[in-house]
Amino acid sequence: MTTADYERNMVLATDTDYKVIGTRPVRHDGADKVTGRAIYGADFDAAGLLHGKILRSPHAHAKIVSIDTSKAEKLDGVKAVVTSKDFPEVGNQWLKDNILASDKALYVGQAIVGVAASNPHVAESALGLIDVEYEVLTPVLTTQEAMATNASILHDSLTTEELGKDTGVVSNVASHTQHVKGDISKGFAEADVVVEREYNTKTVHQGYIEPHNATALWSPDGRLHVWCSTQGSFVVRDSLAELLDMPVSMVRVTPTEIGGGFGGKIPIYLEPVAALLSRKTGAPVKIVMSRKETFEASGPTPGSQIKIKIGAKHDGTITAAYAWMAMEAGAYPGSPVGAAVQCVFSTYDVENSTIDGFDVVVNKPKTAAYRAPGAPNAAFGAEQAINELAEKLGMDPIELRLKNVATEGTRRPDGPVFGRIGAKEVLEAMRDHPHYQSAKAEGTGRGISIGFWFNIGFDSACNIAVNKDGSVNLTEGSTDIGGSRTSIAMHAAEVLGIPVEDVRPSVVDTDTIGFTAVTGGSRTTFATGWAAYEAAQDVKKQCIDRAAIIWDVDANNLQMEDGVISSQSDSELKMTFKELAEQLSDTGGGISGSASVNPSGVGGSFAGNIADVSVDPDTGKTTVERFTCVQDVGKAIHPSYVEGQMQGGSVQGIGWALNEEYFMNDEGTMTNSSLLDYRMPTSLDLPMIDTVIVEVANPGHPFGVRGVGEANIVPPTPALANAIYDATGKRMTSLPMSPGAIQSADAE
Amino acid sequence: MKWIDFEKPNTVEDAVKLLSDSGGNARAMAGGTDLIVMLRVGHPRVNPDVVVDIKSIPELNELSYDANKGLTVGAAVECYKIYGDDNVNSHFSALNDSATLIGGTQIQGRASFGGNLCNAAPSGDSIPNMIAHRAVATITGPSGTREVPVEDICTGPGQTSIESDELLISINFPSNGAGFGANYIRFIPRNEMDIAVAGVGASVTIEDGKFTSARVSLASVAPTPLLVEEAGEALVGQPVSEGAIQKAADLAKAAAKPISDMRGTADYRKHLCDVLTRRALTTAVERAQGAS
Ligand SMILES: Cc1cc2nc3c(=O)[nH]c(=O)nc-3n(C[C@H](O)[C@H](O)[C@H](O)COP(=O)(O)OP(=O)(O)OC[C@H]3O[C@@H](n4cnc5c(N)ncnc54)[C@H](O)[C@@H]3O)c2cc1C
Repeated sequence: MTTADYERNMVLATDTDYKVIGTRPVRHDGADKVTGRAIYGADFDAAGLLHGKILRSPHAHAKIVSIDTSKAEKLDGVKAVVTSKDFPEVGNQWLKDNILASDKALYVGQAIVGVAASNPHVAESALGLIDVEYEVLTPVLTTQEAMATNASILHDSLTTEELGKDTGVVSNVASHTQHVKGDISKGFAEADVVVEREYNTKTVHQGYIEPHNATALWSPDGRLHVWCSTQGSFVVRDSLAELLDMPVSMVRVTPTEIGGGFGGKIPIYLEPVAALLSRKTGAPVKIVMSRKETFEASGPTPGSQIKIKIGAKHDGTITAAYAWMAMEAGAYPGSPVGAAVQCVFSTYDVENSTIDGFDVVVNKPKTAAYRAPGAPNAAFGAEQAINELAEKLGMDPIELRLKNVATEGTRRPDGPVFGRIGAKEVLEAMRDHPHYQSAKAEGTGRGISIGFWFNIGFDSACNIAVNKDGSVNLTEGSTDIGGSRTSIAMHAAEVLGIPVEDVRPSVVDTDTIGFTAVTGGSRTTFATGWAAYEAAQDVKKQCIDRAAIIWDVDANNLQMEDGVISSQSDSELKMTFKELAEQLSDTGGGISGSASVNPSGVGGSFAGNIADVSVDPDTGKTTVERFTCVQDVGKAIHPSYVEGQMQGGSVQGIGWALNEEYFMNDEGTMTNSSLLDYRMPTSLDLPMIDTVIVEVANPGHPFGVRGVGEANIVPPTPALANAIYDATGKRMTSLPMSPGAIQSADAE
Repeated sequence: MKWIDFEKPNTVEDAVKLLSDSGGNARAMAGGTDLIVMLRVGHPRVNPDVVVDIKSIPELNELSYDANKGLTVGAAVECYKIYGDDNVNSHFSALNDSATLIGGTQIQGRASFGGNLCNAAPSGDSIPNMIAHRAVATITGPSGTREVPVEDICTGPGQTSIESDELLISINFPSNGAGFGANYIRFIPRNEMDIAVAGVGASVTIEDGKFTSARVSLASVAPTPLLVEEAGEALVGQPVSEGAIQKAADLAKAAAKPISDMRGTADYRKHLCDVLTRRALTTAVERAQGAS
């Protein structure tokens, strides 16, 4: 690895020589996407299609006293109406209530009634004819409110789980978890300098461009077929089977093309409603959310309250670290605080640490995953505290991080011991980068930060069939959000020694491929790529066996390299993969390979930012002048897509840092539920995001892959907070750091 | 589902008849960049039985300049025509501050100042600029034609003094003498795709280093765009100076009556009135001095 001469968007590469891995081919689905031919869920059409709409709660917290749909049912063109009563009695009640509420509405936008009609306008009119009587209760909108004594209670049946034990106490705190390593009171006693602060963040949305949608057709033979925009067709299948009390084999889910998800398209919302409406009508029913519904009724990532205390010796050795984090779960338990505790201090080798995490229900939509869920909230606090520490110690913030950086063998504060990781390499690449080495432009401030995400493995399957023209059909079950068809195909092409253009990848439905977990947790290239690697090995082995039959020689003497099968003992024996493919039918039939995997060698990823900003002293408006993202990706299978992930995560982080928030009024209604007022950055609000791909190969993957999709959203909020502090002297401890917030803040 | 008739008259007379025959349930449509959006979301105030497309009426597409009469901008003239017009560029170039600001290229191909005014959003980006330019609206109804200063058109959010059977025909901008300069600026947290948190239109006339006239008008800090007469009056007779400009900015800030909402707090908006008035007046002065 060399860090000497940087260019924009460069790769600090591993040495291994690959033919296909590491190249930048054109994506297989590119032509369909740029010509508008790709089929998205809202494009779906079928003979006799009905259109569904959903009546939603106008109240953030209310008892549902009664629901009267009789007038709506009589409207001409209305074909069916469903409520929570149409669910089978079995199954998780909270899961069902989040699809169609039964006794209580727990957030504005929660679905109450579904209507199917001959067209969307009739369905819309029918909603106006439904009478729901509510008994309005006091809403609870933040962790602070929810944890207060005498707080209004969301669930009478929710009791706090304290360090794994049910306390029996009814409250809005679903659980309290804790990780202890060493002894922090000893650690803080040893510290010469201590930094302690509280930080707050607001609810934010993933902001995917395509709203949720689903079409369902329940056939008379009892089989249910669903087409939808999802990150995990098998998750949809299994959830539907549970909620509708049917065997998984009776449900078939076809994932349509997806216009973004970032974690928000893992849960189901519309699918069961469309299914119930289809069961009643016998017709296919399509439901598409509006943007407002997408904001109000899908799963954002939580607002949070975070307290951080870090102590260090004069030489920069961190002696103790403490984190207290409360995160909004939304209406039902399950905030990402469980992931946040695994990330908050994991970049550092700290002898003494304690981390407390609280999962708290509030009257907002049930949170869903969003790119490294929980980790950006945690980093907003921890990585500002580290910078403050550096300032107090008079140390360079990168040097302080390097002094304490976790490496192979370090035990994380939450338990696991790191394998080979690239935190140190990322920090070194940041330090040596011309951006960090350059002088700041006049009037600008500079901030840095680093973030961690652990990544996941889980199940994936892949089938590969050889065509007689020497190409292969590759089928897999991972929804392609960021170019994964091509990255997965590249795994197979590398093994078979054929051009990736000769691989035809397809994402198929749940009846057509083995179980494959979600496109999420940065697992797809890692795990489904691995399945493709194994399936290609299967094909390769069969090719060698077939050549052995054709040549009548021992297969052990044959090899397949660069798409050519040859003999180690007889140089005359040579055949290309293509030549073999032509002869398959006559020599025993076609070849297909398959693999199902659940790999364990997951490698975590670290991403760091260097950010330069200027802040208008009169208006408080921040301009991001220069932004560099450095990430350890293991091995970049397709560097352009990796850069895309790094830039995308950076942009989402910048939006989160500067302007994005669910702006709630006192009644718990989001008042900015449009893309006009939910201010995600546009291209005019961003500089070119420079990327540096650092490759510290993950020994747990055949090509060294680490997941790359998430770590990059972790550092931007603290990097920008640190830069704003450098520019203005104002320590921004709450997100978003909007112009008004900066203008009214006091300098330290 | 509701049926909406669509009409496209060719004369002012026919348009006014369509409006008055509908008993208050017709809506004129210029570019439709506000109207269609509101129809789609089912805006409670916008629920017409008839939409009257006014883009084929010659008077509403007039864009002409006469040194005596000034500039006439028909109510349906699109932003792109305004900033592409030679007369606008030589005599009223500050109008481009608004014409190039409203929406992006596609929106500017449809959106009109007339529609911006009749839509009467407190944040309408052309309105304070028109007010600063002392623009006068020409309105025709069943009982004839009347002329109304632009600052008297908006009466509340989405509400105007134009009756439901009346049509805005054009907006007239009086000619400016030497030493005139104007500017409109708004503050938004992003650099595009946003609604003014606050906006300021300012115009000045400078003779012999002294303000001889001045106007300041504010957006997004009251139920309607505001003309702050006292801010302009405070400048008249004063020599051009930072102190004089700051005095006007203080008065603009004092006149603002903003609310707190998701776009900004009342305090922040008042603060922005100070900042933006100072900046808009400073630019107007530079332009005035550059022009003389
Ligand atoms: C993407 C997007 C971005 C936008 N950005 C901005 C922005 O930056 N700044 C801004 O100020 N606005 C913005 N707008 C709003 C809108 O484009 C402007 O207000 C525009 O000037 C409206 O002009 P129009 O010709 O399209 O009006 P229309 O939509 O045709 O009409 C608006 C209203 O005025 C009435 N009306 C129109 N003409 C007449 C007439 N002659 N007589 C009587 N009543 C009439 C209509 O009935 C309607 O109620 C944006 C809109 C969109 C969709």
